[in-house]
Amino acid sequence: MDLSYYPGCTLKTAAKGLEDSAIASMNALGIRLVEIERWNCCGTVYSLAEDDLAHHLAPVRNLIRVKEQGSDRVVTLCSFCYHTLKRANLLVRNDGEKRKTLNDFMEEEVDYNGEVEVLHLLEVLRDEVGWEAITEKVKVPLQGLKVAPYYGCTLLRPQDVAIDEVERPTILHQMMKSLGAEAVDFPYATECCGSFQIVGNPDFINQRAWEILSSAIRCGAEAIVLTCPLCHFNLSQRQPELVKRYSDFQGMPVFYFTQLLAIALGIDPEVCHFELSYGDPFSLLKSRKVVS
Amino acid sequence: MKEKRIGVFVCHCGLNIAGTVDVEQVVEQIKDYPGVAHAEHYIYMCSDPGQELVRKAIKEKGLDGIIMSNCSPSLHQATFRKLAASEGVNPYFCEIANIREQCSWPHAGDKETATRKAVAIIKAIIEKLRRNISLTPLVVPLTKRVLVIGAGVAGMQAALDIADSGYEVVLVEQSPSIGGHTAQLSETFLTGDVIPGLVSPMMSKIASHPNISLYAYSELEDVSGYVGNFQVSIRRKATSVDESKCNYCGLCLESCPVKTASEFDRELAQRGAIYIPFLEALPQRPVIDRETCRHFGGDKCQACQEACPQNAIDFKQEDTIVEEEVGAIIVATGYELFPCTGIAEYASDPDVIDGLQFERLLSPSGPTSGEVRKPSDGKIPEQVVFLQCVGSRDPEHGVSYCSRVCCMYVAKHALLYKQAVPEGQAYVFYMDIRSDAKGYEEYVKKMVDEERVLYLRGRVSRIFRDGDKLKVWGSDTLTGKSIEIAADLVVLATAMVPNPGAKELARKLNIIVDQYGFITEAHIKLRPVETLTAGIYLAGTAQWPRDLPDTIASASGAASKILSLFSRRELLHEPTVAVVDPEVCRGCGQCVAICAFKAIELDPVKKVAWVNEAICDGCGACAVTCPSGAMQHRNWTARQFFEVIDIATAEYV
Repeated sequence: MDLSYYPGCTLKTAAKGLEDSAIASMNALGIRLVEIERWNCCGTVYSLAEDDLAHHLAPVRNLIRVKEQGSDRVVTLCSFCYHTLKRANLLVRNDGEKRKTLNDFMEEEVDYNGEVEVLHLLEVLRDEVGWEAITEKVKVPLQGLKVAPYYGCTLLRPQDVAIDEVERPTILHQMMKSLGAEAVDFPYATECCGSFQIVGNPDFINQRAWEILSSAIRCGAEAIVLTCPLCHFNLSQRQPELVKRYSDFQGMPVFYFTQLLAIALGIDPEVCHFELSYGDPFSLLKSRKVVS
Repeated sequence: MKEKRIGVFVCHCGLNIAGTVDVEQVVEQIKDYPGVAHAEHYIYMCSDPGQELVRKAIKEKGLDGIIMSNCSPSLHQATFRKLAASEGVNPYFCEIANIREQCSWPHAGDKETATRKAVAIIKAIIEKLRRNISLTPLVVPLTKRVLVIGAGVAGMQAALDIADSGYEVVLVEQSPSIGGHTAQLSETFLTGDVIPGLVSPMMSKIASHPNISLYAYSELEDVSGYVGNFQVSIRRKATSVDESKCNYCGLCLESCPVKTASEFDRELAQRGAIYIPFLEALPQRPVIDRETCRHFGGDKCQACQEACPQNAIDFKQEDTIVEEEVGAIIVATGYELFPCTGIAEYASDPDVIDGLQFERLLSPSGPTSGEVRKPSDGKIPEQVVFLQCVGSRDPEHGVSYCSRVCCMYVAKHALLYKQAVPEGQAYVFYMDIRSDAKGYEEYVKKMVDEERVLYLRGRVSRIFRDGDKLKVWGSDTLTGKSIEIAADLVVLATAMVPNPGAKELARKLNIIVDQYGFITEAHIKLRPVETLTAGIYLAGTAQWPRDLPDTIASASGAASKILSLFSRRELLHEPTVAVVDPEVCRGCGQCVAICAFKAIELDPVKKVAWVNEAICDGCGACAVTCPSGAMQHRNWTARQFFEVIDIATAEYV
């Protein structure tokens, strides 16, 4: 099966490991992710200003690309891309007046009326592939790996774009179980990582990341699994700073969900680009004898 | 049809009508209309001189029908029908032509239209009145006994008020003991009355009252009939204990190997499968809960039977049905609490409890003998966080309404906690403090000023376990700061919601519940203790969240409404109801299906519809539905409607 796929900017750079492991894993599960042509930035942040329609042009143009290329569904990997595309799509569907203004403005484009369905890859894994089917395809069960699912905010809020229960999500837990790992519950699983505050207030992010990571450690986790490149940046790439600052903090591997999927499906770890992650996640897997 | 001699009386209502309608012109145009023997206008027809004019005209002109052209029938129809009757005119020959609410008020400023419309309205009513038949009110017998459903504090109060007045009461309670949630409380707020001292005397008075028949561990099975004449059947659930043999020795209770969560102690303690819910329970007799009993689960266990010296255990006992006749019913089915697990952000944890659980911890007869101890490890909690409005005023997670009692009982909880653990700290998260009755504001203020309870205005976003503490994240909206508290115990003041069985009961009683499941009153302001079904009343928290004083007041209100009903010898019922022509009816049953009052039955032999006139409300739904025209409303027949419509629409055809 082919599925239109929108990558977004980070997946081509810092989050290469997220994209490559996803494409390889989905291939192994029988779904080909077909990158849409001429995609542009997703808009990054969904603008909440009532009259700020210009900010919705970027996500809507991407949805027009999907429609033009003959598809009625598009899957995303990055939580932010999912969020902006999904919400812009809802705006087009639910607000006739704004839909008209947007279409009038983009006179060079075909009219868009919300025909495309925006999905996150986790939804495809849950609803189309199914956890049991994934378990059947697992070649290297992640036996004994204690991993804390971290959801962040944009996959779950606001409620009308949530891919799961807003306050008690379980979708990543279920995925981890399907791969043979142990999902560790911790209270910060749906707390915000601090997001863009990293630009102006890195100290705040340091404290935030430390709270999140050390809570997961206290709950018995040895690694974090997440979906979002920005969460990954704040929680993983900031760790050298945390180790310096908090004497009791030793570092903690942070995985993208697709990296663990690829490993469990027995795909060459090359696709995971672990060299882009701090804390050497690969050696944790080696110590669990998951990879050699 | 003998022509009636009709008098038309047009009221000015000061300038309310005359300011818009040309009343002289109206009289001019009506006085020669067929059937009209007299027409006049006056400034206030409802005044004494106005009524005198009507009397005089009836006598002098020999009128046998009058049309009062004035305000809505809901204001003065009764006044003028009484007047008509006193002058020997059949009261159902007095009709109201509403030319105020339906004419002068909506057409203010357009005298010409209003005058034309007033004439049309009066002519239409003349055509109706010409075809009215003479009627007398129906007389309905009255059984002066009352069924009270629910024996919490509301049901007990209403039952005692009625029984003390000399009438018999049938009191039905679904759980094994009377007392309701009030019996679970520790003490009252404001007055600090200990609950056993308050509720136990009420309970024992109920149990020994000669006028009260108590059916505990029983439910309403079915009800039929109407005001004054209800037939009710009550299911007495099998207790599996022969009441005539049991001597209340309690040996069976000790023998039971089952341990299950006690409902009375809100799962903070355990009980056996054979149990008495609490120490002061009434009736003081054990029942076997067949859901948890091993014997009924297929096991060979008969420990209680072996332990019983009286041979009172009867595993084969069956439910019995008791029939009773009553004239009025009070619904006092009470409340439940919104579940602690209803909000996902708040941890499911043994140390996160609801208000009633905290009451059990405070109660001397409770699982900790009145010492405040954590359910998880039995230690004394040093930091206790109380959350108000959990599920209340929160349509996203719970209900939109305010539960009204939480502000006050949380203040009491904080006070009792401080008295039990003086060095401990109590925090209260609140949205607003609603302390709007006598002495309430001062009571809450005392907690803040004297007891050093820390009141924080804001909501809690998350509660989670962190080692041996519970982390509470909240915000203080007065300082704009986020707050983290490491608490030992968290008490959630969860919303009061209706008894989950109330909806099903309401269906049996043919009364209405609101969107939440609370019983709906006839009129929220003017008839707060009656339902829309005549003869059925409501009391306490079955209607809406209430504290004790309001509950007692509403229960006594319902009781006094019934006592006033019982002050009559018999009941009168309006005769303007539906009537069937059995020659025309073909027994299709569509009227039976549409009747909201369950007033119509199909005669099984004659295969025609039959209207119970005492139940019929005269709404007319059946008459409209009837495909053959057999069903007609007395004095609003199809013929009358068409005459009225012809005149009302004459201008447009």
